[in-house]
Amino acid sequence: MAKVPVQFTLNGSEKAEFVESGATLLHALRDKIGDTSPKGGCHQGTCGACSVIIDGELRLSCLTLAETCNGAAITTTAGLAEGGVLHPLQRAFLDAFATQCGFCTPGMIMAAKVLLDRTPNPSREDVVEALSGNICRCTGYEPIIQAVLTAARANSQNAA
Amino acid sequence: MELRKDYFADVRKDGLHEIGQGRPRLDSPGHVTGKTAYFADRNFPGMLHLKMVRSPHHHARIRSIDTSQAEKHPGVVKVLTANDVPHNVYTILILIQIGPEDETVLADGKVRWKGEAVVAVLAETERAAQEAAAKVKVDYEVLPAVFDMEEALKPGAPLVNEYHGQNYYLYDSGECRKVRFGNVEAGFAGADHILEQSYQSSPIEHAPTETTGCVVTPEGNDRFTCYTNTQAMFFTLDNTSIILQMPGSKLHFVGGTVGGGFGGKVDVIVEPIAILAAKLTGRPVCFIYSREEEMQISSPRAAEKVVIKDGLMKDGRIVARKVTGYTDAGAYSRHSPYGAQKGAAHYPGPYTIPNVWIDTYCVYTNRTPSSAMRGFGVTIGDFALEVQMDKLARLIGMDPLEFRFINAYRDGDMKAHRQPTEGAALIECMQEASRAANWPVAEKYMAMSSYRKEA
Ligand code: FES
Ligand code: FES
Repeated sequence: MAKVPVQFTLNGSEKAEFVESGATLLHALRDKIGDTSPKGGCHQGTCGACSVIIDGELRLSCLTLAETCNGAAITTTAGLAEGGVLHPLQRAFLDAFATQCGFCTPGMIMAAKVLLDRTPNPSREDVVEALSGNICRCTGYEPIIQAVLTAARANSQNAA
Repeated sequence: MELRKDYFADVRKDGLHEIGQGRPRLDSPGHVTGKTAYFADRNFPGMLHLKMVRSPHHHARIRSIDTSQAEKHPGVVKVLTANDVPHNVYTILILIQIGPEDETVLADGKVRWKGEAVVAVLAETERAAQEAAAKVKVDYEVLPAVFDMEEALKPGAPLVNEYHGQNYYLYDSGECRKVRFGNVEAGFAGADHILEQSYQSSPIEHAPTETTGCVVTPEGNDRFTCYTNTQAMFFTLDNTSIILQMPGSKLHFVGGTVGGGFGGKVDVIVEPIAILAAKLTGRPVCFIYSREEEMQISSPRAAEKVVIKDGLMKDGRIVARKVTGYTDAGAYSRHSPYGAQKGAAHYPGPYTIPNVWIDTYCVYTNRTPSSAMRGFGVTIGDFALEVQMDKLARLIGMDPLEFRFINAYRDGDMKAHRQPTEGAALIECMQEASRAANWPVAEKYMAMSSYRKEA
């Protein structure tokens, strides 16, 4: 299989890899680069566990070809905490009991981050809409929704 | 209820004030930072991928298996059949002396459900394993299959599983689990009303977000480490030990992190074959279900059928209950004989009924083997029982909640299993529910107690 060079920044640091043509970004991140925070739940674009942020957009890494990410800036949940301090979303998920088995959590946090980056004061409906592509089989969605709303409030207090 | 404070008296702390306190889960910091290590987050150099060739038929004899084309496929390292498995026939509950062994690790001579594992292909990449698996040729002679429990129990039905010899599980005491209490026929004879209804359910898939699987790595000295998302670590260790005829000291299981299970990960299906593959190739092996496999291959909650006949008095007392329960085990036992048994214990419900007669059968059909799932054996039973309770109340024009107060078991009542009731709190729960749901009941029910009976 032909290998293709690809270069991007992952959570702020430069990465360069040779990937098989047709390989997914999920595979490249997990198996080549070793960032296993995006999870593979379905590999067919329906569960949201593999969600990452590419150039500010929420993307399913299982449906994104690694070779199309040349020059992109990619963010994953593993890169969210800064200097050992949890991101407000991570803090809120922790405090609100919004994570049980944790398998959906990194994807949920990515989806929530894109929402809060764009809409710092979301309504409950905005949160539900933003998380609608992410499946959680354990927690029940309410604590997750509450966590995102809590994080949004913490953010707006910081800004004020 | 008595609280036994003498156990661990030297280490226990009293004066705990846990209720009402928020306590962070120990594993959640890992979850929110993406650092929690699930089994598939481990990647070893030279790791092989395992793909199963699965039966396309519900019931068929295997005339021959030809793996020659698959073996030649680029990237393929090894192809395994039943002949490679040291002890190929097993059953999960053998560890608690529930036999017979009735399931093959890789099909041998026959397949009994659509999706049954027949041949395991190991290759350098997942894709090569998949392509090679498609090249395995299995010659099947399709046999008649049975999908309905009542059909399966009829004389002359196709025999699903030869290890049982009939299409039901034979308990030590007979063909079903039985509860007998009082005289049920006399109870029906004296009843004002009789209501017989049947209820049934379909199989239900757990659909965990993380699919079932494991990663195995040889450690040298003929020892193997298996990273797995099993919910049943010791069942897995012991069964693997039996299947592979290897002492437990050679097997190191690492688990504890499960991306959703709900009872769907208590069967021992992926680990033995993956460890065998690692042993025979000397390389790390990854066996992980695709989402499609998870939905089609992993054991669901059993389909059940429950027939309930109740004898009822005009004043609301249930005087007789006869229940026949059927649990669809699918082609193999797994945890289903236990599920059917739990049903037998459960069908009297939390009610005091003087005459009870219960039979529960664990039935084999050519469907996907069912197994554990959140309260299996009793959850569907509760659904059936409580729908039946509503119907009984309607039959005599009584409020359904008041009807339950009349029949609720209370301390001192004899249960159908001949255990006197102790520590009951159903009356109090229903009183609380009545308030919370704003569903008022007559004052006399609010004055009831589980602890004493009114004269
Ligand atoms: S793994 Fe990508 S959406 Fe499920
Ligand atoms: S916490 Fe298990 S899937 Fe969401």
